[in-house]
This record gives sequence, structure tokens and C-alpha cells, in this order.
Amino acid sequence: MSSTTNTPTHHTSTIGSIGAPSRRNTELALLVFAVVIPVFAYANVGLALNEQVPSGLLSYGLGLGLLAGVAHLVVRKFAPYADPLLLPLATLLNGLGLVAIWRLDQSKLLQRIHQAGTAAPRQLLYTALGIALFIVVLIFLKDHRVLQRYTYISMVGALFLLLLPLVPGLGQNIYGAKIWISVAGFSIQPGEFAKIVLAIFFAGYLMVKRDALALASRRVLGVYLPRGRDLGPIIVVWAISILILVFETDLGTSLLFFGMFVIMLYVATERTSWIFFGLLMSSVGAVGVASIEPHVKMRVQAWLDPMHEYALSQQGVPGHSEQAMQALWAFGSGGTLGTGWGQGHSELIKFAANSDFILATFGEELGLAGLMALLLIYGLIVERGVRTALAARDPFGKLLAIGLSGAFALQVFVVAGGVMGLIPLTGMTMPFLAYGGSSVIANWALIGILLRISDTARRPAPAPATNPDAEMTQVVRPS
Amino acid sequence: MNKPLRRIAIFCGLLVLTLLIRDNWLQYVKADDLATDDKNRRVNIARYATPRGDIIVGGKAITGSVENTSGDFKYKRTWKDGAMWAPVTGYSSQAFGANQLEALEDGILTGNDDRLFFRNTLDMITGKKKEGGSVVTTLNAAAQKAAYEGLGNNKGAVAALDPATGKILALVSTPSYDPSKFAGNTDDDAKAWNAVQKKNDRDDPMLNRALRETYPPGSTFKVVTAAAALENGKVSGIDDKTDSPLPYQLPDSRTELKNEGNIPCENATLRIALRYSCNTVFAKLSDSVGNEKMIEQAEKFGFNNKKLDTPVRAAQSVYPEDNRPQNAMDGIGQASNTATPLQMAMVASAVANDGKLMQPYMVDQLRASNLDVIETTQPKQFSQAVSSETAQKLQQMMETVVKEGTGTKAQIDGVTVGGKTGTAQHGLNNSEKPYAWFISYAKLSDGSSPVAVAVVVEDGAANRDDITGGGLAAPIAKAVMEAVIGTKK
Repeated sequence: MSSTTNTPTHHTSTIGSIGAPSRRNTELALLVFAVVIPVFAYANVGLALNEQVPSGLLSYGLGLGLLAGVAHLVVRKFAPYADPLLLPLATLLNGLGLVAIWRLDQSKLLQRIHQAGTAAPRQLLYTALGIALFIVVLIFLKDHRVLQRYTYISMVGALFLLLLPLVPGLGQNIYGAKIWISVAGFSIQPGEFAKIVLAIFFAGYLMVKRDALALASRRVLGVYLPRGRDLGPIIVVWAISILILVFETDLGTSLLFFGMFVIMLYVATERTSWIFFGLLMSSVGAVGVASIEPHVKMRVQAWLDPMHEYALSQQGVPGHSEQAMQALWAFGSGGTLGTGWGQGHSELIKFAANSDFILATFGEELGLAGLMALLLIYGLIVERGVRTALAARDPFGKLLAIGLSGAFALQVFVVAGGVMGLIPLTGMTMPFLAYGGSSVIANWALIGILLRISDTARRPAPAPATNPDAEMTQVVRPS
Repeated sequence: MNKPLRRIAIFCGLLVLTLLIRDNWLQYVKADDLATDDKNRRVNIARYATPRGDIIVGGKAITGSVENTSGDFKYKRTWKDGAMWAPVTGYSSQAFGANQLEALEDGILTGNDDRLFFRNTLDMITGKKKEGGSVVTTLNAAAQKAAYEGLGNNKGAVAALDPATGKILALVSTPSYDPSKFAGNTDDDAKAWNAVQKKNDRDDPMLNRALRETYPPGSTFKVVTAAAALENGKVSGIDDKTDSPLPYQLPDSRTELKNEGNIPCENATLRIALRYSCNTVFAKLSDSVGNEKMIEQAEKFGFNNKKLDTPVRAAQSVYPEDNRPQNAMDGIGQASNTATPLQMAMVASAVANDGKLMQPYMVDQLRASNLDVIETTQPKQFSQAVSSETAQKLQQMMETVVKEGTGTKAQIDGVTVGGKTGTAQHGLNNSEKPYAWFISYAKLSDGSSPVAVAVVVEDGAANRDDITGGGLAAPIAKAVMEAVIGTKK
């Protein structure tokens, strides 16, 4: 064999694919931390609030440990080469979220306001369901490319999910945003699931159309302008996200879907002009709707002057909420190091303190230091997702992975930015941390798909049979 | 596809970086502003998280703290004899804030004062809970009680001072309010609070009349006019005849000033004029001293001072710039001349202390929770109101008033008392019931003077003639002086 066969064709990506270690033991070691840290946090809350270790500590620790352990075993069996960081990071966030939800359950103020007090056990149930879905994804989705077959079914499914909240009698209006539906007493956010389904559709669609979109374009003023008919899809998606904004009055959901599409379009076509178009269209859309639609307008005003919004809510003017200002006070009162678990007063946010605004609890009780660590964990998840996309060998896998991680990043930005007053508030929640079944279940599925893609990407190529000569040649090859 | 992927990775990194920067802005740069924003409920939660320190009178706490059973404010303020002490302590309410000592010494009472920082840090390390310090006042419980009971159902105020130091011994205002009734933040507290607001209670029980209400001082001000006349050489001796016509026609005016009743005021000596409270004599003296010098003398006694802090700030007593006829009327405590009860107690106190006016104060010591003294107030001279000779002359005259003049009801066996009555007209054409005033001091056999007091009774239920300083106010002053002397023994 000549040395030409050794041209490192597979080494364009940063992750080597041949002979890569499975890293399952790394994952296991990290998982131990991901379970132990929340258990300590849980004990900490109990000590701070009641001066005793909470009685549920053992069952909580065992529950979380069991879930993480089962997930790990399934990964070990069905996706042995998957990314070792994603599972521990998601487990850590989920565990800390449970602790914060339990901590808010203990607040007498919140107990008085709504039926709360039982959110943590429910969230543990949702977590179990989420991990079950994660396991199902890993067991039954042997190869992510299978999803490619369902491109157009996904489109229909995504549209269906997105439109569900608008169905009369089914949709729920919570604080103005219509992104929930109510089924048999459960509130479901279809948008969380739509996020994944839509990513599948975009990936499949763009993989087929990317050449047409990328190559057939005219260059005007240094920018590649796509042909009119190729503009069609982006305009349709844009129109749909505007419709979401108008009818569901949620800036976050709208931004998330459009942003995800632009990211995937850009990656598929490698044309910077799409980014430019995307930004232009989304700002035109957002500004346009914000200046017309009263509820969105109100949210923007509340964002610009949260203090005034607070004053209005204190005067009892309907439609105004003190939450935004209360969240800012929570962050400020936390300061650099925070008050410590259980010693803050984030319950003053009242409504949605344990879901949309859960980040404020972390900000107040863990301080700047803790919250930055938390944001970096999210950053790390996104980074692992992007790395999976880089490592993936097929365009569909690349697109799907970047779509999912991009959407995840946008969601984190939209929610955290909203709670911290950087952008107007939206009705979405922090993945894994916040109370809410849809969010937890959908995001576990998302992690499952990313793990599947990364497993496929890092799995040693089955093809060329090992040839001792090749190794020999490699060794003697001059550098 | 990898180049755009890397760019997207950078974009996602920027999103996270933006969040980190925003977080630093919120939790580092803006943290203090947000954490101490007075609309941020945490400020009050922390404030009521530990039992509040006490305000102490004569070694006994007149305040306390109870644990709340509901709500997020753990401890609630209580007062013993709240209505009697309210003019001293003020209120401290979870719903309505605080005032007076409760507000001014809040740092010590909550334990948040900077001077307690080191101690608090030490306590934090040793695991001790933060506790509020205490405020030791100068007040005299017996005197306060005598004054409060003396005023009874009448509307009025009493201020008593220790002339030698300026210590405030009694500070009473009636009708009063019980701050315990609205110390919390429940609906009942709100109801109690609303009930004592001026708009709902015409008697305005929340008004601290001893410090914050000004009245025309009436004839009690003649002591100041006499002082001005003596200091400016308008009268040489207190027993020399003055050149005082009766009736006295006000300068630049056709108004004739008369006296109340048929009293020997024509060309009366200063002693006689004060004993009978001759308007004619003192109005003419005020005119001959002149507005400028009258203002000067009044200011030496504490008038026209916008920042008289005890540390609770007293309202400004005013001796105004006026034209001649008005100045003459100002000289007998009418026209635009107004004074707080504390101000008139200061006048009596300066006379009793041989002309040396001490700065009035009511906080003796600030103490940490372990009783360590953080700060002690040292008596401070406010001014030399009059020379010691003039002061002694004024004393002789005021003692005559009590011995055989209008103030006989303030006599105390075995104690020399000097005083001056006052009946101040007010209302349109003096239509309303006059204010009854009495200012006095007591002098013991050893020459020391332990107490000076001013009493004002707004409108007794009695008929007009009865509301004279001598009738209504003097017995209250007497009771207060006796109480102070009683505690001295």
C-alpha cells in the first residue's frame, strides 16, 4: 500500500474519528459530580430553612442518581461513542433546578398565592419522563439519518404544534402570552416540542435545497442575492414567525424559530447574505409588530421602564406585572456571592417564580459567581452541540445538530436576557432548570438526539479492515 | 459546512458573553442600588428580621419587640405607654415607615449602623445573631408622667429641660397616639393609621406639639422683651419706674393698646409690669429696643433657628422682621411672633442657668447590644442668651410672679420657683379660645436649678376667662417640677 491511502481525509474536523476512546468512564465520573452537587445543594436549602437536613434527602439523591445511572447505562450500551459531557451537564442543571423548585415550594408566600408546595415532586416525575424519552430516543433512533425521511411530515407536525395554542378551548392565555395548551389539567407548551420537530424539517429541507440556495444567486453590491423563488422558504418561515408573534404574542418563541432557521440556512448555504437578510427581516418584523400589537408593545414598555411597570402593578392597573422589577431586585440583592441557598427572597416575584423566573432565584442565592457558572454550563452544552455538528460526517446530521444547539443557545439567551432585563420578557423557560413538564421532556429528547448524532460522528468507521502494513507505513512516515 | 459552523459557535459564544456582561452589570455594578432600593422589600425584611433595639428612659426600656406570626416581617415594634412616649420615640411601622428617634437612630436600633460594623462582623464569625443597640434618652419618666397626666384630656404640650445641661426631661403632646396600634402591616394597622391622620381626626394626634407646633407665645415672651430691655440699657433697674403711658398708643398707628383688667401698669417698674403682665409696658419697651435688637435677643434664646435638632428637629420659632407697631405687638408675644413649647422652655432654662443657654438634647447615649457605649452626647452651650446679671434680675422678677403675681399656682413648698404666665390670643379678631401658657423653673436651696418647663394648653373646655396661664398651665408645670425634684432626692 502506498502512503496515499493514509491521507487524513477524516481529519478535517477537530475530533478524530478513528480509534477515539469512548469516554464513557469520563461521563460516569462527571455524572457522580452532577448528582452529588445538587444533593449537597438540597441539604443546604434544608439547613438554611429549617436548620435540619431535609428528610427527603436520601430519596431525592437516590432518585436523581438512579435516573442518571440508568441514562448512563443506556448511553453506554446504545451510544458508546457519544459526547461524554452532555449527559452530566444536563443532569446537573436538572438537579439544581429541582433543588431551586423545592426551595421555592417551601415559601409560605408562594404556598398562599397558588397551589404550589408540590412542584418539586412533579418536576421529579417530569424529569423521569424526560429521561425515559431520552432513553427511547437512544434505543429506537439507531441512526439520526432516519429522521431525514420524515422531513415533510415534520413540517406538518411542527405547524400543528405551533398552531395548537391558538385552538379555541385548548389554548391558554397566561400573562398575555398564548403559548400553552391545556390537556386534562396539564399545561403543555407545544413550542418546546415544535423546536425539535422544526429542526428536523429544516435540516431535511435545507440538505436537499442547499445547492440551489447557495449557488443560484446574483451578486449585487457585493452581496449575493438569492433568486426570487429561492427566497420563498425564508419568507414563509418569516411570515409564520410573525404570525406567532401576532397571535401568540410571544417575542421569544418567534425569535427562537426564525433565528434557528437563519442559522441553519447560513450553515447550509455558507452565504453570509442570509444572516444579513435574517437580521433585517427579524428586526423589521419585531419592530413592526411591537409598534402595532398592544400586548407586545406593553412588554416592550415594561422592559424599557420596569420601575414604572412595577408602580403600575402596585396601583392595581390590570395587565401590568411587578415580576420584572422584582427579578432585578433579586439579582441585585444577590450581589457577588449571593445570599446562600434558601436565604434569599426570590419568592417576592410570586407568579412564575419557579418557572420563567427561576434564574432570579439562582442569581439571588448563588450570586454573580453562581449565576456565571450556570450560564457557562449552558454555554458548554451549546459548545458540545456545535462540536457534534462539526464532527458529524453527514450534512443532515450537521444541520440537525447545529439547529438544535443554535435553538438551545437562542432560548437560553432569550429567557436569561429577558429575566435580566436585557431584552423584553418572553414566556419561555430556562431549559432543565425551570419548572414545567414540556420543557424538561423536550430538552431531554433534544440531548438524546445530540448524543445520537455525536455517537454516529465519533464511532470508529467500520470500513477499512485493519491493515498492519498501514500502521507500519504510518510509523515510518517522515514527518 | 464547517466554516459557518465555527462562526455560529462564535455567535453562540457571544450570546453567552452578552449574558455574562449583563449579569455583571446587574449583580456587581448595579447590585448596591438594587439591593438598597427602598421599594425593594428585602430592605424591610432585613430591617425587621431581628428584634429592634430599645429606647431607654431612666434605665428602663419604653419599647419592645414581638415576633410576628404571619408575613415575612419577623419582628414588630411595641411601646409601653405608647401614647405618652410617642412625642419622644415617634413610630416605627412596617407599613408606614418611622419618624423621630425611631427613624433618626434607626441604624443603632436595627444594628446596621456603621459604628457597629466591626462588632457585627465579629458576631458573624462567632455565629452570634445580629442584635440592635439601644438608645438611652435623657428623659425623666416621672416628669413625663406628671406632664402627660396633667394635660389629661386637654389639647396641649409640655417641654421640660435641665437648665444646666440642656437635657430634655419631658416632652409631651396631647392628644397623642399609640404607635403600637399600627406597627405592623396588616389591615388593622392600616385602619389604625388612617384613624389618626389629620384628615380623619381634627385634633391631629400625630402632631408633636412640643417640638413641631408653633404658637403665639403671648405674655411668656415678655421675659425675652425684659431681657432685651435690660441688655440694651433701656431700663436700668428692675425696680425703677418706666415711662409707660396707659393706654399705650402703638407707634405709627391709631390703635390703643390696653391691658387685661384694671392693673397698675402706668409707669410701672419692670418687676411690677411682669408681675401683672402689663401689655402696655412691654409693647413700649419692645418699640424702644427696636426690631433689630429684639430679633437679636430672640435669636440668642433660639428663635429663628431652622436647624434646632434635639436630634429630632424642632419647628422654627419666629421673631419676625416687622414694622414698628407690629414689632411692639411682637414684644408681647402676639402678631407674627410664634414659638414652640421647647423654645419657651429654653427661655426659662437660660434664665435659670444664669443666662447660659444649653443646647437641648434627648439622646444621652447610644449603646451596642452588649451595652458598650458607642457614643455619649456631651452638653453643649447654645449661646450666652443674656449676661449673668441680667439673668439674675430676670430671675428675681419671675420669682415675684410666682410669689405674688399671676403664677401663684406654681408655688412649691421649700423650693424657689420663677415663672411667667401667658394667655395668647389667636384666631381672626381673637375669636378663638386663647392659648394658656406657663413657663417656669425651680431653684433648690443650694442654688442649683434642676428643671425649666414650658406648658401650653390649647383650649380647655372652660370658659374664656378661666383659660389663663396661671389657671390651667401653672399646675401642670408645678407637677412636672415636683416630679423632677422628687427624683433628684
